[in-house]
Amino acid sequence: MSDQLVVEDLSAGYNDMPVLHDVAFRVPKGAVTAIVGANGAGKTTLLATVAGLIKPSRGRVTFDGRDITGARADALPGLGLALVPEGGRLFPFMTVQENLQLGAYAPNARPHLAARMREVMDAFPILLERRDQHAGKLSGGERQMCAIARALMCRPALLLLDEPSVGLSPLMAERVLEIVTRLAREEGLTVVIVEQRVTEVLEIADEAHILDHGRIARSGTAAQFLADRSIQETYMGL
Amino acid sequence: MAEFLNIVAIGLLLGGIYSLVSVGLNLIFGVIRIVNFAQGEFVMLGMYGAFAAQVAMGMDPYIAPVVVAPALFALGCVVYWILLRPLQGEPMMQVFATFGLLMVLENVVLALTRGVSLSVNSAAAQISMSLGPVQMPLARILVLVAATVVAGALGWWLRVTLPGKAIRAVAQDRKAARLMGINVERMYMVSFGVGAALAGLAGCLLAPLYSMSPQIGMNFIMPAFAVVVLGGLGSVAGAYVGGFIVGLTEALAGFYLDPALKHAVLFLVFIAVLIIRPAGLFGVAGAEEVGLREQS
Ligand SMILES: Nc1ncnc2c1ncn2[C@@H]1O[C@H](COP(=O)(O)OP(=O)(O)OP(=O)(O)O)[C@@H](O)[C@H]1O
Ligand SMILES: [Mg+2]
Repeated sequence: MSDQLVVEDLSAGYNDMPVLHDVAFRVPKGAVTAIVGANGAGKTTLLATVAGLIKPSRGRVTFDGRDITGARADALPGLGLALVPEGGRLFPFMTVQENLQLGAYAPNARPHLAARMREVMDAFPILLERRDQHAGKLSGGERQMCAIARALMCRPALLLLDEPSVGLSPLMAERVLEIVTRLAREEGLTVVIVEQRVTEVLEIADEAHILDHGRIARSGTAAQFLADRSIQETYMGL
Repeated sequence: MAEFLNIVAIGLLLGGIYSLVSVGLNLIFGVIRIVNFAQGEFVMLGMYGAFAAQVAMGMDPYIAPVVVAPALFALGCVVYWILLRPLQGEPMMQVFATFGLLMVLENVVLALTRGVSLSVNSAAAQISMSLGPVQMPLARILVLVAATVVAGALGWWLRVTLPGKAIRAVAQDRKAARLMGINVERMYMVSFGVGAALAGLAGCLLAPLYSMSPQIGMNFIMPAFAVVVLGGLGSVAGAYVGGFIVGLTEALAGFYLDPALKHAVLFLVFIAVLIIRPAGLFGVAGAEEVGLREQS
């Protein structure tokens, strides 16, 4: 299977503070890759760098065989790479429908807006009900669904998810992870997911990487990680 | 009664002027979070633009926006791109930069005109309409109509069209907007350009009402600041309604109390509104969050 995303020797940070050090991993097409690690390990920074929000100081990011290192964040949805940021970051004073519409802002997604909107509403019936409500008034679970749906509006090949279950009830978190699994298994979407709920995410993931102080400490299959409690104890204090 | 109605009419017509001048200022603030001190100078440039169009092409000031507004749009875009964009992330510096721009524009116009006060004329500006006992100059009615059309059209554009939604998205969360594929810098530039174009339009329509001087922008920017804070920072509807509140307050207080007190009364109304609604009349509940939140 070919790789959807290849990250090589990636170093990045904020101003003069380095956070990521020579991070390297591959994301196979159609698979769910989990990235786990303690608070402050650099998971959000890693996703933000891949998505173009932070310029790396070193290294390379290749998406679909194309070098996107240092590309503008606003160019990436058009290429098929979408990030659902921590907390969803919906536009609070816009309706659910407007949020979704903006998800298809990329010029190549605009012609398919109507069809895509129907598909997404079918997949997330709750959003159909809440269509005309301001996104700021959604519940935590609805907000996360809407954020995922919004990212799907541009028909991405690769979806980056930053802690989609944070702040949700265990039941709601499970439903969000179910949706992620379904997207990968049924629609062939490649997913990179950062999660604090380590066991839950390893259960749906194919591969996993542990990020520790800005470095990849361990990589393996999700099954290996699940089987080896010691890994989880060492790196995540579980 | 007739007297009262006349004062109200004067207040409304003055309010139309304030509304028209404030809408662009509030658009710029709402989207880019820059208090553009040079907005009054854009109005001033619009007035001189109307003058130039009349001298050069014999154009009526009410037709002049056709050339003046696009010219100010272009100027606004250039100013944003070369002056303000490099200062992104340093809001204080951007405010100082607009203050510097104010000085430069004033001085350039002063140097060009040698300080001679100029005026334009239009046949329409001589007409006065009467509605029962109330006398209203057509020139001021046109400003009021323009303010209404501009506020309505801008509100519609922001609410309904895709570029309008993209601009609102940038105002609400610029990082998320970037993740949607929106070119944030370009939206800032467009917003600043549209704000400047609206000031240019205002300048053309105000040109027949005032004799021009390079410093005339000051007369507009001060009430405009009151208007946008009253109406709600970043709100188009707020700028529109706020203009009338300021205009009416000035007219009524100036007539019934004392012309010297009109600003004091305006200030009291201002404080009262902010005590009742800290976000301004049209500020969305929680606008501190959307309008003034630190964005990362
Ligand atoms: N905007 C920022 N400016 C400066 N430093 C930052 C910024 N954001 C994060 N950091 C720092 O970078 C490091 C990594 O942060 P990051 O948010 O990537 O961690 P994380 O693994 O996502 O943590 P969490 O699990 O809490 O979300 C931390 O030390 C943090 O303090
Ligand atoms: Mg994080």
